[in-house]
Amino acid sequence: MSEDKEQVPERIPVYIMGKRYDVPPSLTIMKAMEWAGYMLVRGVGCRGGFCGACATAYRVKGDARLHFGLACQTVVKPEMYLGMIPFFPVERAGYDMAELKPEASTLFQTYPEILHCLGCGTCTKACPQELDVKGYMAAAMRGDIAAVANMSFDCIMCGLCAARCPAEEPQYNIALLARRLYGRYLSPRSEHLHQRVTEISQGQYDAALAELKEMGTEALKERYTSRDMEPK
Amino acid sequence: MTYTPEMRESIKAVEATRERRLNETYPAIPVAERQVLLNAFHPDYVEDGMREIRVGSSKGERTLHELADLIEGRPHIGPEFDLSEPAVETDVLVIGGGGAGASAALLAQEAGARVMLVTKLRFGDANTMMAQGGIQAADRPEDSPAIHYLDVIGGGHFTNHPDLVEALVKDGPVVIHWLEQLGVMFDKEPDGTMVEAHGGGTSRKRMHSARDYSGAEIMRVLRDEVRNRPIEVMEFAPAIELVLDEEGNAAGAILQNLETGRTFYVRAAAVILATGGSGRLHYQQFPTTNHYGATGDGVVMAYRVGAKLAFLDTMQYHPTGAAFPEQILGLLVTEKVRGLGAQPVNSKGEQFVYPLEPRDVEAAAFIRECRERKLGVVTPSGQPGVWLDSPMIERLHGPGTIERALPAMARQFRRFGIDMTEDPLLVYPTLHYQNGGVVLDAEGSTSVPGLFIAGEISGGVHGRNRLMGNSLLEICVYGRRAGRSAARRALEKTAGRPTVAHLVTWNEELDTVGIDGAVRSPILLPHYARD
Repeated sequence: MSEDKEQVPERIPVYIMGKRYDVPPSLTIMKAMEWAGYMLVRGVGCRGGFCGACATAYRVKGDARLHFGLACQTVVKPEMYLGMIPFFPVERAGYDMAELKPEASTLFQTYPEILHCLGCGTCTKACPQELDVKGYMAAAMRGDIAAVANMSFDCIMCGLCAARCPAEEPQYNIALLARRLYGRYLSPRSEHLHQRVTEISQGQYDAALAELKEMGTEALKERYTSRDMEPK
Repeated sequence: MTYTPEMRESIKAVEATRERRLNETYPAIPVAERQVLLNAFHPDYVEDGMREIRVGSSKGERTLHELADLIEGRPHIGPEFDLSEPAVETDVLVIGGGGAGASAALLAQEAGARVMLVTKLRFGDANTMMAQGGIQAADRPEDSPAIHYLDVIGGGHFTNHPDLVEALVKDGPVVIHWLEQLGVMFDKEPDGTMVEAHGGGTSRKRMHSARDYSGAEIMRVLRDEVRNRPIEVMEFAPAIELVLDEEGNAAGAILQNLETGRTFYVRAAAVILATGGSGRLHYQQFPTTNHYGATGDGVVMAYRVGAKLAFLDTMQYHPTGAAFPEQILGLLVTEKVRGLGAQPVNSKGEQFVYPLEPRDVEAAAFIRECRERKLGVVTPSGQPGVWLDSPMIERLHGPGTIERALPAMARQFRRFGIDMTEDPLLVYPTLHYQNGGVVLDAEGSTSVPGLFIAGEISGGVHGRNRLMGNSLLEICVYGRRAGRSAARRALEKTAGRPTVAHLVTWNEELDTVGIDGAVRSPILLPHYARD
């Protein structure tokens, strides 16, 4: 009798969009949904925590707070009430990178709503990447492009910040604009890169490449094996 | 979900040898001995994992059963499909919303073509987004495109197509510059020098990175730029069949709205397939690092219209997939972890392989350590693995290095209660990349006029094995090339009367060899829902 009991696999109740399923406790939210029989089309992407497709809000019975996570990265808990947010409409401005100037005014003109931020921090609480969203929005209000770029760098654009924002800010799109401005205009210039691009356009490596291309496999192997290795 | 007491015992052994190992590196395997190791332990050499393809233009070539089943599959539609009223007409149709598709769309649009980009899931749901370690390009004075060429072709066991490698390495620095102009934030020193690291099989440091979100950074910038241009983007609309004209030129594709199920025809004068790889087919039951949609659709569709295939008997198993905890089994632990000095060690805390062999060699050594030498660590669910001694990184480069250079990795494991600055990670090879695919030339053309390809769907750039950092490079190099070529073609020549008559001959060929039609392909998504 006790042996039989041990063989009954453990199950915990979770509520997927309000409906109860009893699932193995070791699963992520995403795998629990599939275990329950869902064939996912929306709300699933890389399954590795990088793409932001599976933003999920949940409550746990007995806890009044709302929690957030990525369905592919969050393990189920008993009495979890799950709501996937597969799509949420958020403002995205159009712009021509070549025309923009890396200045505070560019941020404000492209996204005037930046200045409406209430600084309430609801965005930060919702961020599954644990970014200081409120902090980078404050930097955006100061027009500090570099700070926005660096503080927002690990953003996966899942949209939970924007979905929760009482001031209707498109935080992750503002951050993307700041990063692009930083990457193009503010990060220090790589002289060696520009030098190499010029050399290539002048055909400087064409002869060396042609020689390698025409080499027989044995000669190529010899050249490969004897190539010098740059130390770590 | 933290380590079990048994695993903790083994970690003690790893800690005990760490100090000594900081000054020791296991020697590299001589090139001549690589093949012996691969033959014995690499999944590509498991004889009964593969079979010959029985129909089509590459009949007789071997590939894995899981892919062969789909290549030999029946189409979703019949030859009678009504093509008389296209839902959309465009010059260039880009199929695939990863880095290659986005690059192709941008360059085709710049070349003056009307462009439509369609994708199976969301725009950016692609392996590009998940690439962590970096992108290779020979732009330092100590390096050159010729040295890069040598590394690529040696890593590919001298099987790569020379023209394709030449284009890859020559465009490398140009692509880095292009990405930076679009606003990609590469890691740099304060004076502007790019921070560049070694990867497996490189003889120079040329791995450019954007922390360990390298692919995500590139993807979100390319996607934003596509959205800034007059390029039509349609999501949740995978292609299910290519359309030719009566002379055999590409003439668009039949798409399916993934949510409503409705099918429709998009007419185009040139088509670019940038549909990525096939890790979600779980070859030989390996877990995978790949995104949800990596089901080999493009290979299936291109083959049905007569394109040739190459190197589909070789897949890349990334040496360091997560082996624990089970929730993230198979997910990528970037090669950059080894690039920064973390050594693979066995259950006794000893090194057994040079940390940065080409990926296939490294993976085979891990499998040997577990399977033959029984010096792996086995998890409660029975998954074997070896340790990747991540705490070494901060011993070598100083405290804070992991949070700075590997924030995604640190976050991934922290979510499951493992601190990689304190404890090693348990890893085992995971299915990562489709080395081969559809044959192309250096302009991205295939044997089907008007059909171009770019990215992981292609075969020949990497030969039998790809080096780290050459796929982010490839998607940009060949995306750009295919985009330009397709625009040129579309502006010169419009397609004639569209037809899917190729399906008649295809179905007949299947009938002849007795393939019954149980499998319909492309499959679009893996079947994970429990029945």
